[in-house]
Amino acid sequence: MDFIGKRNFDFVKNRKVVYIMSAVIILVGIISIIFQGFNYGIDFAGGSLLQIKFDDPASITEVRNILGEFDLSQSTIQDLSDNEFVIRTEKINPEKRKEILSVLRENLSDLEVLRVETVGPVIGENLKKTALYAILFAFMGIILYITVRFEFKYSIISILALSHDCLIVLGIFSLFQKEITISIIAAVLTIVGYSLNNTIVILDRLRENIKFRTRESFGNVVNLSVNQSLSRTINTALTTVLPVLAIYFFGGSILSDFALALFIGMVAGTYSSIFIASPLLVDWKSINKERHRRIRKSTKKGK
Amino acid sequence: MNLNKTARIVSVFIVIAVAVIFAFPLDEKINLGLDLQGGSHVILECKDSPNALVDDDAVNRVLEVIRNRVDQLGVSEPVIQRQGSNRILVQLPGIDDPETAVDLIGKTALLEFKDEEGETLMTGAHLLNAKETFDQFGRPIITIEFDKTGATEFSKATSSNVGKVLAITLDDKEISAPVVQEPILDGQARITGSFTVDSAKQLALLLRSGSLPVKVEILENRSVGPSLGKDSIDKGIKAGLVGLILILVFMVVYYKKFGLIADFALMICMLIIIGALAGFKATLTLPGIAGMILTIGMAVDANILIFERIKEELKLGKTFRASIDAGFNKAFRTIFDANVTTLIAAVALLYFGTGAIRGFAVTLSIGILASMFTAIVVTKIILELLSVKAHSKILA
Repeated sequence: MDFIGKRNFDFVKNRKVVYIMSAVIILVGIISIIFQGFNYGIDFAGGSLLQIKFDDPASITEVRNILGEFDLSQSTIQDLSDNEFVIRTEKINPEKRKEILSVLRENLSDLEVLRVETVGPVIGENLKKTALYAILFAFMGIILYITVRFEFKYSIISILALSHDCLIVLGIFSLFQKEITISIIAAVLTIVGYSLNNTIVILDRLRENIKFRTRESFGNVVNLSVNQSLSRTINTALTTVLPVLAIYFFGGSILSDFALALFIGMVAGTYSSIFIASPLLVDWKSINKERHRRIRKSTKKGK
Repeated sequence: MNLNKTARIVSVFIVIAVAVIFAFPLDEKINLGLDLQGGSHVILECKDSPNALVDDDAVNRVLEVIRNRVDQLGVSEPVIQRQGSNRILVQLPGIDDPETAVDLIGKTALLEFKDEEGETLMTGAHLLNAKETFDQFGRPIITIEFDKTGATEFSKATSSNVGKVLAITLDDKEISAPVVQEPILDGQARITGSFTVDSAKQLALLLRSGSLPVKVEILENRSVGPSLGKDSIDKGIKAGLVGLILILVFMVVYYKKFGLIADFALMICMLIIIGALAGFKATLTLPGIAGMILTIGMAVDANILIFERIKEELKLGKTFRASIDAGFNKAFRTIFDANVTTLIAAVALLYFGTGAIRGFAVTLSIGILASMFTAIVVTKIILELLSVKAHSKILA
């Protein structure tokens, strides 16, 4: 079985359309990030989380009404089915939590406390800083490694491609106001690794082809490299997306957003390594050529 | 890579054997994180108050008292650590009622005896013991016993208040307000109040372990009840099995016999990951399980790279043996570069991650290394063994 076969797609020719498409998606995301911001979970914003399971069916409205008695009607309440609820509130102390739980028990039904999380604002602020450092550290390490193993040009292209993937994930999470938790940052960093992995496999092929195909145009060599790696790129995308989907559908509520972020990132990562990273190299090369020509012209005129 | 073939085969068997020894029996060897076995992760901060400032000595005494309380709770492998100048990390794995436990740990538990004017006459600093028991009506009460100094103080306090109320307060909340009938000289007293069996037990525990010299605030608390932990394990295993089966099937359908080899290598890879987790005494968390499932997908990637390369070489008309060698050599550098960059991201995560997320970074890193080993060594050996039989048709 070989569903990619020997087909030779021209990825370089139509690159402008792809650039515009990506730019639009990213722009929408960035606009959302600027105007709506992120919905930070308690890991970053501080606050309390309570996951409870009632013995009898209950509704979000009922739970919200009771929280209203404690001035917490603005809390986020999520129904996980099976009478299970996740309630996110501002930071509350243990005494208040106890009172809330006892009122819930009295008015609705007996319940089991599955999970309690409380994070102070100081911890959250610290975490934002470390998250930023981690991402910067990863980016710098990667630029350094690719520069040493390949060329500086390749490392900039890789960083562009993976920024594209991360921005798409973060943009979508902002747009739909999905919660940003530590797990989501972990997912983004995993995508950083994954996106690179894909880009590098293609760049590696390009490095090899450039050596042997000196007569062909750069655009053609790039296109050939993408096509040669295509069946690997798609198969690996499938084998990595399959387990992520398994986590999403079977891994439970705690992991589902994490899996969703990974899924979006992997789709974006596969797409960007094929349609963005390699074609960008062609543009880079032609911009450089253009600049060289202009410099040559201007020096001639000068003489 | 010029090791002789037998040596390589032997080394693979040794690695597998070591992994098996480390990994089994699974439930004894694998260290479960708090999010999987249930328990609490708490960070406390000592706070200045008007009558007590936080200094080194105060933090050490807080540690001591918390250690006492945790001991009395009967937690099997607690972690109680000082972090920085005024923070304390407490981890209580496997407790049934995390909420009460966290509650008990953070309580100042300052016991005071006050006269009718609200003046503090003495504190519980000189308590020798406190026990929960029942009075003649079967109501839960607490008996306390003072040391010598305490007994003297207590006899003074009771002597000067005969016929009056001597209020007993805990953290400024009145728990009992008995009228002193006669001076108590032997330093033995009982606290009656509206206790339940549980609350009497908890109060006695707090009194026995002493009060905290300064106020502490809970900066962070992550507690998971035992049932959610078990549920997470079940769901993690289910997701893992589904993911694994999907990939095993995909590889066989797409790559036929080659897929079988990749599947075999994948199983060995999983075994090595579990063995390494157990061997390094790493903690398996829920994100860690996710990392392992993710690794399943990434592990076959190296095999896919190799197979695709071998296919290309075969199409060029090379012999099976030559194709394998050329395919491996060309794929090796790609696999190496691609995995190192993923590893860089995982290390960043290791540095940044706290608790459960660190578990994810650990399994991911181990997974990357194990998958490189199995693809480059195990898959190659199998292919070489097959090439002896010149089964060049297996790729068709």
